[in-house]
Amino acid sequence: MFPRPIEKSGPGAKAAYQAFLPVALIMWLLPLLAIFLTSIRSAADINSGNVFGWPSEFAIVENYTAVFTQSAAAQYMINSVLITVPTVIISVALACLAGYALAIYRFRVALPLFFLFVAGNFIPFQILMVPVRDMSVQTGLYDTIAGQFLFHAAFQTGFCTLFMRNFIKALPFDLVESARIEGVAEWRIFWYVVLPLVRPAIAALAVLIFTFVWNDFFWANVLTQGESAKPITAGVRALNGQFVNNWHLVSAASLLAAIPPVVCFFLMQRHFIAGLTLGAVK
Amino acid sequence: MTHAVLPDTNSRPEPGWLKRNKLAIAPWIFLIPALIFFSIYVVIPIFESLWLSLYKWNGLYDVDGNSTAVWVGFENYAKLWYDPNFWTSLRNNIAWLILYMLAVPLGLFIALFLNQTVTGMRFYKSMFFFPFVISQVVVGLIFGWFYNPDFGVVGTLWKAVFCEETTNILGNTTFVCSRPAPDILSSPEWATYGIIAAGLWPQIAYCMILYLTGLNNVAADQIEAARLDGAKGWKMLWYVVVPQLKPATFIAVVVTVIGALRSFDMIAIMTQGGPFGSTNVLSHYMFEVAISEYGERYGYGSSVATVLFGIMLFFISYFLWRMYQDEKGGR
Repeated sequence: MFPRPIEKSGPGAKAAYQAFLPVALIMWLLPLLAIFLTSIRSAADINSGNVFGWPSEFAIVENYTAVFTQSAAAQYMINSVLITVPTVIISVALACLAGYALAIYRFRVALPLFFLFVAGNFIPFQILMVPVRDMSVQTGLYDTIAGQFLFHAAFQTGFCTLFMRNFIKALPFDLVESARIEGVAEWRIFWYVVLPLVRPAIAALAVLIFTFVWNDFFWANVLTQGESAKPITAGVRALNGQFVNNWHLVSAASLLAAIPPVVCFFLMQRHFIAGLTLGAVK
Repeated sequence: MTHAVLPDTNSRPEPGWLKRNKLAIAPWIFLIPALIFFSIYVVIPIFESLWLSLYKWNGLYDVDGNSTAVWVGFENYAKLWYDPNFWTSLRNNIAWLILYMLAVPLGLFIALFLNQTVTGMRFYKSMFFFPFVISQVVVGLIFGWFYNPDFGVVGTLWKAVFCEETTNILGNTTFVCSRPAPDILSSPEWATYGIIAAGLWPQIAYCMILYLTGLNNVAADQIEAARLDGAKGWKMLWYVVVPQLKPATFIAVVVTVIGALRSFDMIAIMTQGGPFGSTNVLSHYMFEVAISEYGERYGYGSSVATVLFGIMLFFISYFLWRMYQDEKGGR
């Protein structure tokens, strides 16, 4: 193990290390802690310049309720859910199929097609912006929930296929081979042999795509206009304009926007990290 | 038996064309939904954008539903060449690319710091990873406030160091400062660096988690062998550990390059490209010219997007080439 385990350097070093950890953590998360403290302050504190010291009173309930009563935050949150959930379902489903095809069958264009999905996943959004926006306007999908989740699902299919293909490729191929010898139909092999084995990959992709799409800001600006279809990320920006100098409310709204991915991450940490670090180990 | 018996192929009826070719057809059935969907929203729009960059278009259609775009050839690119905002954006993109790379070594050092097994380590590792999970919009807002010279963390710390609290005749408290607190995001010189620093925060967390996973899989016997040979500290890190972390480093570099060139959210939140366009990058400038500034200039925006795409393509080709080498070696 590298670096050498701290226990081996004696009890003093270990105690020092353990004492330093929380200090390092507080320094690392200082911006976040500061904004959290702001979000539970009263307006009076903000106005009197007490933004760093201990809050004179705790206004946690008032501030967080104010975000919902004084703005369309609830609507934005619901929109975000309505955009992310279908995106996750569609893109993961499509990627299971495509990943299976690219991993199991040996055909000439398998690798070029795979690279097409990989490359598509890396391109800048701006190269898609004008045509996708124009297409959405033409088809009546502009400023709708569906217009956003259809695009996200298609775009995320690239990443999901990359992930699924590599995951399936790492499974023992004998399983498929022997099922074929038994005369099992191809779609049954997919459904009964491979799909149960890729459950961890599905879980990892589900949390990752949820987080990516929840945190999207660019497409929310390109594909929406009014409040009716805006997700919370774009909503928070709108609130920022509305709550000028009401930093306690802006902070509360930002933290609210961050909660779902954070909860998702802590609940499914193992899958989340396995997904992000795919390929980091040979 | 005196002669070999040929397998009797005609005892059963010849299977249909579909059956005989099922291994050739099946992959396409599985691929088609993803392929169609991906082509409509990703592959075809890329070519449309490249094509549109040769037109002048405000995004409108005439009454018959025909696009009002006018062919201008390379005029948009000629205009780009003389557009100072374009060059500022490009320069900022390069600054992002270079400085964002700091996330890789910094992520490695935090990973080394955290790669211990004392109690509660799992908790610390996930808390250190935390900034990556929250949206860049939120990170942008947090830092916008963090940098605020009047009541942000920077301003407050500044007051503590450089200012003296005095009470004036009316009994109000005022601050007398030897130097005014820096307003990072309003300074054309410093704003970009302020945003990059904010962007590094989640990116370091990402690189850290890649390296933590990599460190977990470093071969213990090699470390022990090197230790017996007297290697330690920096030498051990550089000659024994880092080479084994190569796959993690590759991914860290890939995601950092992509992240640097994609930076949009934080700029849109923290400065909207300002002051005076000094913090623009191509991704944000493209958005600005295409939809938010003086009506819609789709053609010009597309030419900015094409330049960004060209830069990205350079990196993508390299990444794909590396992946291709791995594929060939792997099987």
